[in-house]
Amino acid sequence: MNRFALPIALFALLVVVLAIGIKHSPDKGVIASPLIDKPAPQFSLPSLADATRTVSTTTLRGRWYLLNVWGSWCGTCREEHRMLLEVRRSGLVPLVGLDWKDDDAQARSWLAQLGDPYEVVAVDHDGRTAIDWGVYAAPESFLVNPQGIVVYKCMGELTPEVWEKEILPRLQKRQAATS
Amino acid sequence: MRRDLIDMETAPRPGRYTALVVWAILLAGLVVGAKVYAVDPTQLPDPKLQERYLALTHELRCVQCQNEAIADSPAGIASDLRREVRDMLLAGKSDEDVRNFMLARYGDFVLFRPRFAPKTAWVWLTPGILLLIGALVSWRIVRARSALVPLDTEPLEEDLSR
Repeated sequence: MNRFALPIALFALLVVVLAIGIKHSPDKGVIASPLIDKPAPQFSLPSLADATRTVSTTTLRGRWYLLNVWGSWCGTCREEHRMLLEVRRSGLVPLVGLDWKDDDAQARSWLAQLGDPYEVVAVDHDGRTAIDWGVYAAPESFLVNPQGIVVYKCMGELTPEVWEKEILPRLQKRQAATS
Repeated sequence: MRRDLIDMETAPRPGRYTALVVWAILLAGLVVGAKVYAVDPTQLPDPKLQERYLALTHELRCVQCQNEAIADSPAGIASDLRREVRDMLLAGKSDEDVRNFMLARYGDFVLFRPRFAPKTAWVWLTPGILLLIGALVSWRIVRARSALVPLDTEPLEEDLSR
């Protein structure tokens, strides 16, 4: 009996390791952001609505905002758009757009056609700001608190589920803290 | 019939050289094409810098495609990251600066050779531990076998017949 103990133990260990791997397989390919609980990277970029104006993280300080990285070339962003309009309607957190490596005219017509959920949109033509935020595939959304700390990152489409399970609880915690 | 075959072998065949030339052109096309259509045409002015650039871009993982280095990936983000590497090297930054820049933005995942940190320790230690276990097991088996005493000490029949 004893001589089977070791192989069985090793087999059990293998099963555990593989089970962990399978359990986490939905997260496969999602890179955990090293930005969480760190200060949001600074940027100062032209506004999509008016290129003479700048959108800067310093003016965003002091309140919550949801930075949404998108582009008119991005298919999933189109699917996500309806939810973003919902978020705007809720009035719970302002959406700041980061138009990533996009054509300005196309981005404007996108917003004109589908509706504009953003309070303001910053234009990142060369993609440098996106790199600072660790962006690697649109859409991505970052929840930033009034201290300018990134508290949550949503990789991929912002679904109603993500909104309810991840973003709302964090926003409600803020309300509990202030009242 | 047989004579024909022999003649075919020895007579110079006009098609043979044409085929050779065609092959040569095709092969040359492969060699040149690989260079022309390489994902990354970046050439830094200083050969030393170019060498460091190539080493770094092969060491950094493309965050979008994930099993390719940024040097080999045609993805937009990969070319953006190559541009960052190039600009940082041209600005006189060290390899370590470049790695830290990427780590701060994309985390440990971005390095094909992750650094030794509490979070990545198991990646480095597991192979060693497994090797150690393997060595221990085989040592025990060898020791157990060498301690075996043969039960049958009778000489073999072959030996008897001698």
